[in-house]
Amino acid sequence: MKTKSLPIKLLIITVMCLCLFTVSSDEQIVSAFSDQVIQHGAVGDDVIELQSRLQYLGFYNKKIDGVFGWGTYWALRNFQYEFGLPIDGLAGQATKAKLVKASKYNKQFVKEQVQKGNNFTHYGGTDLKKQQKPAGGGGGGTPAGQGQQATPKKPTAANVPNGFSQNDIQLMANAVYGEARGEPYEGQVAVAAVIINRVESGTFPNTVSGVIFEPLAFTAVADGQIWLTPNERAKEAVIDALNGWDPTGEALYYFNPATATSKWIWSRPQIKRIGKHVFCE
Amino acid sequence: MIRNIIIGILVIGVAGTAYWGYQEHREKTAVLIHAENSYQRAFHDLTFQVDLLHDKIGTTLAMNSQKSLSPALADVWKITSEAHNDVGQLPLTLLPFNKTEQFLANVGNFSHKAALRDLTAEPLSDKEYQTLKALYTQSQDIQNELRQVQHLVFKNNLRWMDVELALAAGDEKADNTIIDGFKTVEKTVEGYSETEFGVANLNMQKKDENFKYLEGEKITKREAVNIAKKYAGLGEDSEVKVTENGKGSDYGFFSVTLKNSNDITASMDITKKGGQPIWYLLSRDVEKQVISLNDASNKAISFLKENGFENLDMFESAQYDNVGVFTFVTNENDIRIYPDAIKVKVALDNGNIIGVSASDYLKSHHTREIPEPAITAEEARGEVNPNLQVMEQRQAIIMNELKEEVLCHEILGTLGDDTYRIFINAENGIEEKVEKLKQAEQVYEDVV
Repeated sequence: MKTKSLPIKLLIITVMCLCLFTVSSDEQIVSAFSDQVIQHGAVGDDVIELQSRLQYLGFYNKKIDGVFGWGTYWALRNFQYEFGLPIDGLAGQATKAKLVKASKYNKQFVKEQVQKGNNFTHYGGTDLKKQQKPAGGGGGGTPAGQGQQATPKKPTAANVPNGFSQNDIQLMANAVYGEARGEPYEGQVAVAAVIINRVESGTFPNTVSGVIFEPLAFTAVADGQIWLTPNERAKEAVIDALNGWDPTGEALYYFNPATATSKWIWSRPQIKRIGKHVFCE
Repeated sequence: MIRNIIIGILVIGVAGTAYWGYQEHREKTAVLIHAENSYQRAFHDLTFQVDLLHDKIGTTLAMNSQKSLSPALADVWKITSEAHNDVGQLPLTLLPFNKTEQFLANVGNFSHKAALRDLTAEPLSDKEYQTLKALYTQSQDIQNELRQVQHLVFKNNLRWMDVELALAAGDEKADNTIIDGFKTVEKTVEGYSETEFGVANLNMQKKDENFKYLEGEKITKREAVNIAKKYAGLGEDSEVKVTENGKGSDYGFFSVTLKNSNDITASMDITKKGGQPIWYLLSRDVEKQVISLNDASNKAISFLKENGFENLDMFESAQYDNVGVFTFVTNENDIRIYPDAIKVKVALDNGNIIGVSASDYLKSHHTREIPEPAITAEEARGEVNPNLQVMEQRQAIIMNELKEEVLCHEILGTLGDDTYRIFINAENGIEEKVEKLKQAEQVYEDVV
């Protein structure tokens, strides 16, 4: 068995390397937007192109990160105003056609810069070579050619619910995974919702970390299960809860009736049961 | 010979184990001491903050000038929040200590509200003054009790780690001075529950009004199941589970869970009155993006229309991996009603609705009497920072810091690289809220 799997592994690695090369050579082919209407909050290749083209014309002067945020929105509206289009902040067919006509998009250059994580711009009328510099400081050591470093075609930013950072999401995902990884999805959203309800409640600490690390509040914190690596599901549950989904009916406590040791917790008015957990006020 | 070698190995083994055990023991002690120290710090800090709280409330009582009262009340607010943080760091979660926390929260809310208010225009009422006085004596009692515990901790060399172990083990009989001491504090506070915080303060403790605006008949379990089936579209053969809310809930609802043969689960809470969806979630993997965020938002809009939610503006849209999340708010005669918010989650692979969160909407949606704005849009623009470049403007109703609904001029503008949303009260021109709108956050690595 072992002798067989080695050549196969080698083969896979070679194929993957080849794929990487072909991907980068494919990018020389010039192509414009897909036919989707691009709107605020969108993420992806079309947004990268939109930002690059707007920057080429001087409307957009922030980072080309692939996420349609407020900066892109105002730039697009200014473009629509200047070019006599209806000002709706949506990149529809007419707007995209005007943009393609008015601007150039060096896809290969932009993609390469995004992949390398460089700081770069894409203004028209300036030599592109002068518009790139490697990502700042200590991170410069990683050669961009390495296969595992390259995450092609991925925006360099992500949407996050208002008022929370990706680190908050990470910490909560850890707690949710540690506490409820065996629970149905609904039960995972519920645990995240309890954490948020506690942050909002006057009687608990006012920060996510304060609530999670409150001694004895969560068994997963006490026994170290919080440091298990959470899966995507847990993260999605956290984002749902941060976006306002609360399956618990505003619960502040929950417990597992099979393992709860505190008598006091039974005296809390119970709202509902999800999976193994009972949620209470 | 062999015997000697074996003896030698055993001796080394025993010595090695002993040494290793000793090291482990030392490490464990070090960790315990560290944990103990952080508990001790939080505890002593708490008693200090309560001392300070008592003194500060005392000084506010003595103050005559409204000018100095505002900062003093702000200080009280700050101290309660610090004390609160300290309580949060102690292993008291399993101990009924929530009344004391509630007390701190109430003092904090009261002082925060009063400090924000323009006290020259609207000085403390007699009733509020009485409240402040009551808080003064109550904080003194708590201070005394806590000092008593603190004294015993010093005198008997008590350890918080023991408290934690006793509490975690549910060992009620254990004679633990700290636990007893904190129970006494809690009892003391219990007696104060009736303190009047004034009418407006009730809002702060009870922000939700338990779906009082809901209309319609009470639905049955069977109807609830039908509603859930309509939302989920999982087919007739799905497994159904329905439960009613527990006694602890302030309002009646049914929880319906549907599970089809492919193990896809949809769950939903539905109000008993009127059969409205409080929230709905369908859980499945969304592997790839097929439709655009814009198409998805159109799906969300038609979905809401089909289900009787009307006159809505799309207020936010965002893509998380292959899922689109859209927020809608009521638009009444071109006035946005922000408390009426409803969220819809759409899968970007087939455009199906995989989540709805309507509790905010259901709690606040009703016919409002919207007053005519006293100040014009032009005047409102004059109230904002002159460096702000105004991009958009409209009227909106928001919930302000005092949890009251107010009519405002909403101004969206940019300053430098950032976009701000500013609400100017349409009645008196006060800047009710300034929000810096979140930009997409840089990905530091592949988080999670």
